Amino acid sequence: MEKQQTRMTKKAQYQRKLKRATHLLFYKRHRRPGVKGWELRKRLGSDYPKVLGLLDTYLEKLDLKIKTVFETEKPTEKPTLEQLDRARFFITLRGSLTPKETKMSGWRIDDIAGLAMTIAFTISKKGKASRDEVENLLRDKLPGWRVDINLDRYIRAGYLSQDENQQLYLDWRTRAEIDEKALVDLLLAVEGEKKEKAQ
Amino acid sequence: MSRKGSASLSTQKQKKKLGSEHLQRLIDQCKTVEERGLDPFMVNVDDLIAVVREYFPEWESIDEYSLDSEAVNRLASVIKLQSDWIKHRSTSLYTDPFLIEEKLRKLSREKLATLFLHTWHPIIELEQISPHSLNEAIKYWQSLLPLNERWTKTGAQKTELGSTTRNDLVAQKIIAEQAFTEELETFWHELTQRVGENTKILYWDFIGADTYEETSKRAYMTSFLVTYGYATLEIHRLEEEIFIIPFSKPHSLTAKKQMISIPVEVNYEEWKQWKNSKHA
Repeated sequence: MEKQQTRMTKKAQYQRKLKRATHLLFYKRHRRPGVKGWELRKRLGSDYPKVLGLLDTYLEKLDLKIKTVFETEKPTEKPTLEQLDRARFFITLRGSLTPKETKMSGWRIDDIAGLAMTIAFTISKKGKASRDEVENLLRDKLPGWRVDINLDRYIRAGYLSQDENQQLYLDWRTRAEIDEKALVDLLLAVEGEKKEKAQ
Repeated sequence: MSRKGSASLSTQKQKKKLGSEHLQRLIDQCKTVEERGLDPFMVNVDDLIAVVREYFPEWESIDEYSLDSEAVNRLASVIKLQSDWIKHRSTSLYTDPFLIEEKLRKLSREKLATLFLHTWHPIIELEQISPHSLNEAIKYWQSLLPLNERWTKTGAQKTELGSTTRNDLVAQKIIAEQAFTEELETFWHELTQRVGENTKILYWDFIGADTYEETSKRAYMTSFLVTYGYATLEIHRLEEEIFIIPFSKPHSLTAKKQMISIPVEVNYEEWKQWKNSKHA
């Protein structure tokens, strides 16, 4: 009887934590969306990775997921608590958008194509490319007057950052929203398909 | 003995100078690789370390040691870039940049966007109003006057209809009596008439008028005559005299010659002096 009561209290406790985690993760409270690990630890307790795991399972039904973006590179093994504390957590779409749904994001098809080109090119250049090179590449697909505007827009949105030497880097939103490996693989696969067709 | 001593001193100085130049070149090379994102393996680290080691015993002053430490620091950055480069190549993300660029150029915008959508998982975020901004909004709303009060304040006043003439507008200085170019050309004709058979006229003789206001206006117009190529200035520096030479046709001066500005002071004292000398 006592055991059952303890289990019930624990369940209620986790349900409360789940709600609190949902509020923290969904509502934007700072300039950037997402919550730092240490903030979650402060509000949910040291078992916050477990709470996030439970929430992630629940969100799966809604085609959403909790994305963890580590401060440096993604650890190859199970991340330590220290690494998790420094990481930032976001709620992202688990699946992908259809071209029709993209209209809801307010981005035109050529804005998205430009973003794809910029990110793929920067990945191939080890995450750092000169603005001139990227502009030159974008001119291939976008009208000249839009190249500069689009690049500035990608920077403002947090997909890219730029230093004083006009070098572009992949920024926090790219790491949070884009599956970089899948993007490169898909690009390679497209050419494979073409070759097969040609054969 | 002393000659030998001074010879070795000058050799040491030369070596130091050469060493500083070498280190500066090394720093510049590393900086270029770092800033322009060039291939870090363009830098031969072993050779450069040998250069740093060779000249290290020569350094004595703080500046020399600072240069040495900057060179070592730059070399360390290049070594880090080389290490990152190897790490990147060994990851599954590595693809030849030229290959990727080629593919990006080949694909249509639609295909690129569709492909990107498969890898794009946008962040879900909700904007919310904070209690503080809600409070500010309430304060603003409460301080607003009712619409009927605001409208009466900004409402137009009813006045009798009337008419105005061009002369009235000129008198009120809303419009100029003549268009500026027209006025300038009249002024240019006056200049050519005043010069007559001579080729030039003294600056003050041309701009000087009965009142100081009129003199200032004539000086202002003269500056436009010169700028727009209707006339030119001849300056005799030793005699402190300035002449105006009118052209028979306006010259286009832009792009042919380097334009220069000549400041000419037309102050009240000078005008008074000119006027007195004229009446004397």
